[in-house]
Amino acid sequence: MTDTSHSSAVPTSSLYAHDARTKKRNAAEARFKAYGMVAIAIGLIMLVTLMVTIFGKGLGAFQQTFITMNVELLESKLDKSGTRDLEKIKKVSTFGYAPIIKGAFQTTVDAEGIETALKTKDMAKLLSKSAASQLRDFVIENPDKIGTTVEFRFLANSRVDGYLKGRVTRDSIANDKNITSAQLDFVDQLRAAGVLFKTFNIDFIIGADASDQRPEAAGIGVAMMGSLFMMLVVLALALPIGVAASMYLEEFAPQNIWTDIIEVNISNLAAVPSIVFGILGLAVFINYMHLPQSAPLVGGLVLTLMTLPTIIISTRASLKSVPPSIRDAALGVGASKMQSVFHHVLPLAAPGILTGTIIGLAQALGETAPLLLIGMIGFIASNAPTSIGEGLLSPNSAMPAQIYEWAKRADPAFYERAWGGIIILLLFLVTMNTIAVILRRRFERRW
Amino acid sequence: MSVKLTASALAIAAVAATSAAARDQVQVAGSSTVLPYASIVAEAFGENFDFPTPVVESGGSSAGLKRFCEGVGENTIDVANASRKIKDKEIKKCAENGVTDIIEVRIGYDGIVFASDLNGNNFEFTPTDWFLALSDKVMVDGKMVENTAKTWADVNPNFPAQDIQAFIPGTKHGTREVFEDKVILAGCEATGAFEHILAHAEGDTAKKKKKAAEKACISLRTDGRSVDIDGDYTETLARIESNKDGIGVFGLAFYENNTDKLQVATMSGIVPSTESISTGEYPVSRPLFFYVKKAHIGVIPGLKEYAEFFIADEIAGPDGPLSEYGLVADPELSDTQNAVADEAILGSNM
Repeated sequence: MTDTSHSSAVPTSSLYAHDARTKKRNAAEARFKAYGMVAIAIGLIMLVTLMVTIFGKGLGAFQQTFITMNVELLESKLDKSGTRDLEKIKKVSTFGYAPIIKGAFQTTVDAEGIETALKTKDMAKLLSKSAASQLRDFVIENPDKIGTTVEFRFLANSRVDGYLKGRVTRDSIANDKNITSAQLDFVDQLRAAGVLFKTFNIDFIIGADASDQRPEAAGIGVAMMGSLFMMLVVLALALPIGVAASMYLEEFAPQNIWTDIIEVNISNLAAVPSIVFGILGLAVFINYMHLPQSAPLVGGLVLTLMTLPTIIISTRASLKSVPPSIRDAALGVGASKMQSVFHHVLPLAAPGILTGTIIGLAQALGETAPLLLIGMIGFIASNAPTSIGEGLLSPNSAMPAQIYEWAKRADPAFYERAWGGIIILLLFLVTMNTIAVILRRRFERRW
Repeated sequence: MSVKLTASALAIAAVAATSAAARDQVQVAGSSTVLPYASIVAEAFGENFDFPTPVVESGGSSAGLKRFCEGVGENTIDVANASRKIKDKEIKKCAENGVTDIIEVRIGYDGIVFASDLNGNNFEFTPTDWFLALSDKVMVDGKMVENTAKTWADVNPNFPAQDIQAFIPGTKHGTREVFEDKVILAGCEATGAFEHILAHAEGDTAKKKKKAAEKACISLRTDGRSVDIDGDYTETLARIESNKDGIGVFGLAFYENNTDKLQVATMSGIVPSTESISTGEYPVSRPLFFYVKKAHIGVIPGLKEYAEFFIADEIAGPDGPLSEYGLVADPELSDTQNAVADEAILGSNM
């Protein structure tokens, strides 16, 4: 509106004064904004609660209680023949090592001048059951150290660890036959002497699963390897198959009823619950093709089926977003159809394809349900793979499956580890999604 | 693109190269009750022997035995854990698939306990109380009528008026069978309801009648007072934590690891413990087993060693780690040891 054209009609009301209807509309808009803010606030509160719970319960798993002591590796017990013959040393089982650790504990307590009424047997119960195997592994690796005294850092058992983390209190152990109040007094003494302390525990991140009797020794490292090998299989299969399929459908295939049916089915496949793929994997890969049980290869194949639709749909979307003028220009200067796709369309669509792939992988990484059916739940992740073939074929678990397994076990200390595992899994997922966002931001071109 | 294709080609080549190699670790599946014991043994086995640590999966006794009976060969499991004895039907199924020589190994006994929230009421149960609380029909004045008991006081005047809310294992668990057999059925017989049902039971033979009566006895009420838990004991524990009136059925070992949250009820006046179970005083207990495929011994490295190690005195004996975790040691362990050493198969000593 300009001032040059003067209107002769005198307005009956000002545009600046709000009449009843305008007020009503404005109020409706204000209300809608408020609803939106409430919805966001609820979402944020949920997220914060979730994060606080996860980190509050899980961070403890990254710390563990240790007890240090000097252990005299008695030749009379560990190598009676004195020949340092490895085969003979191996004959001494972990049960044979237990008395040596008991003796070393008593010596340490005496040396520190700690006075206690506890018997050596009750003191040794404070140590993790993994101590004997830790000692045995050391001796087998270093037979020349037999006869000398070596300083060791053993894990304390889960009850002692729980006491230092506040999970186990003097009230809660009233009916617990695994630990007594006198033992907790002794723990306080050891702690004051600096023999017993809580510190960062790398073994939780790189270690293997442990049996129900020693939750303190359990780690998620081997399951992480299992997840890694599964993701390799998914990447190596789903990406080429998915990209080839969507390139054909988008660029080459004729538009007819058959391609329509295929399209609808791919969309439907993306909505199929993942457990269905697990049953399919059990029936086809294990029962029919006789691939090994619990192997990351099978897990990877199952997750490939699950990820394929996601990759195909995102690849087709990014191929579609490349403007037809690019194709026309390429064809116009004499490129073949295939040259136009590979030289011009695919490079321009690549960021979108990669983003879709990474999001598909992240989804597959967190998937548990199909793994239940192909034998990846149980006491499985105990041997770290040493080669690619072994990594693919020997039984292993996956991170989400390991978390599920820990959450099931009786000892409350495993529960803490399940939360700790969730933190690690979340870190992986956040990293992958961040990479996807960065790729998209950096390379995506708008037309 | 071509890099990715090469990578996948490499992966497939690696798989093809190694799949020819024989499986070198023992594979175990079955009962989730036996799982903790089996994983303790598997871990110690991996530490002390040059064989790799065996793989132990869970899934329940029936599922484990089903996989065990699928056939002989590297693609089938070597050992099935079970919280009950193998059934004749399963032995037959095994034989059909070529699994004929089965070694049965009893590892010890497991107690089933009734536990409730630590700060709630304390109970001294008898099987009769449980039958009257959970059965769908009870006997009143010589007639079977719908069970209408709402609180434990309705069942037994000595009990507090706490709502009846029981969390019992679902039907796929071996524990359920023991619960039905040793608690509900025992209560049914003790109240005289069993005789009453038997007298009115349908069936042409005495055996069929008895079966029908037993089935009628163990049918539980479906009005929400008794809840089947298909998951693990952790789920039962979570239910009790959210409903303080709940009473759950647990394995002894699970209870002993969660004494800071649960209190245990006595059964027929006996406190469940490894001692009272090993003497047979505590009535609700059952033997635990694992089954070994004889055909796999010598083919799968370490299989026989694993079986022998499982029942060695230092593992399954009264002072071993299994008994420390909650297993009740078998007084006849040495017989089992001899049987495994001789590879005595099922049916050979009967």
